[in-house]
Amino acid sequence: MKKPENAREIIACRTARFFKDGDLVNLGIGMPTLCLDFIPDDIDVWFDSENGVIGLIGAPNEGDPVPTDVVDAGGRPSMMRVGGCCFDSFRSFGYIRGGHVDATVLGAYEVDAEGNLANWMIPGKAAAGMGGAMDLVTGAKTTIVMTTHCDKAGNPKIVQKTELPLTGWHVVDYIVSELAVIHITPEGPVLEEIAPNTTVEEVVAKTGAKLIVPEKVGCML
Amino acid sequence: MSKTPKSKVVTVEQAMEHCYDGMTVMLPGFVNCGVPQTLIEGLMKAGIKDLHVISNNTSVKGKGIGKLVHDNRIKHLTCSHIGNNTETVEKVVAGEINITFVPQGSICEKVRAGGAGIGGILTPTGLHTPMQDGKQVLEWDNEKGEYKFVTDADPVKGKRYILELPLHADVCFVHAYKADKMGNVQYHRTARNFNEIFATAADFVIVEAEHIVEVGSLDPDEIMTPGALVDLVVPAVMEDAE
Repeated sequence: MKKPENAREIIACRTARFFKDGDLVNLGIGMPTLCLDFIPDDIDVWFDSENGVIGLIGAPNEGDPVPTDVVDAGGRPSMMRVGGCCFDSFRSFGYIRGGHVDATVLGAYEVDAEGNLANWMIPGKAAAGMGGAMDLVTGAKTTIVMTTHCDKAGNPKIVQKTELPLTGWHVVDYIVSELAVIHITPEGPVLEEIAPNTTVEEVVAKTGAKLIVPEKVGCML
Repeated sequence: MSKTPKSKVVTVEQAMEHCYDGMTVMLPGFVNCGVPQTLIEGLMKAGIKDLHVISNNTSVKGKGIGKLVHDNRIKHLTCSHIGNNTETVEKVVAGEINITFVPQGSICEKVRAGGAGIGGILTPTGLHTPMQDGKQVLEWDNEKGEYKFVTDADPVKGKRYILELPLHADVCFVHAYKADKMGNVQYHRTARNFNEIFATAADFVIVEAEHIVEVGSLDPDEIMTPGALVDLVVPAVMEDAE
């Protein structure tokens, strides 16, 4: 397994530690796909892609043959491992909605203290659409949001109550940023771990939601 | 005595005689994989317009469904995602395409209902999101053992679902890996995606196949769409492999 070298890789590396041996995991397009590089050596995880395949292992290496008709959730050609299988879209979403996917990992515009996720449209801006995200967060056993702690302007992306149109209501279990791991519980968001180069005070200051800070906060690496 | 099954194989031009302006057409495919490109090219050449397209997305710019987008053939689009095609986003923003977003899994189930004679489906997907707007929501009452209609103003007392109505089309195009001459179909890998379910929910189903084989050469257990659902078969012209 490779070592994380930047903020995005730190987020991916920590997120991958949530997976258990034998889990079926759906990685959203973008930053979540970085998790493929950080699966701990002692566990084996199967990756689901909502377009109808279990067993994707990432893009072909340069120069390797590109498989015909095998693409990931972003439409990019992808490799399949031995033992993988393909199925149609309605079964794929049956598996997703039916609770057969152990974890779904995706990004956020905003995520709030109640576990509400907004990641598909911002009013007044062109919307790309939700694709499979609403089904994934509704059906997966665990929903993990991977996000930078703040947006490019420095505003918190983790807020007390988001006003954006939702992707899912009360769906997020964990938020992993470059600064912290936050567990959404019925009592509120709990600051479980922080990065080695930050402090609880800094994380609290950069978070728009009121965090529950336990006596002992772990280290995320 | 067994008769020889009738061949449904025609040219793309002959298939287009069953397509018309203003029709609702299901176009399967995921981004650019498993898209019925040959039949879409047929629509382009036949000049058919004012389409209501039901799809998952709109391929990529200038390819597949993207050709219909580029040439303003689509009036209304029902889909889950347009982010892979910047031109679609521009035309939606400009008001040139009227769009209805439906979550990807709900498209599948709405079409399944449309193809299976079911009056609607109950899904938790989209609760408390804009997908709930204008739709009926039901809540399970565990004591009474029945559903009741609720609104957001009612306190949540049980598991809720959105009532999603069936989707049906006039015509469906299908991209097959193999089809026999009577329209029994096999799909390949993730090119299967929406093809199988969409083929169940249209009045007229046209299959394009990369390989057209003799009736009897496909194993009956490995046929994914029965020929009984298929009206016509045309040879697929593969522009780009993906």
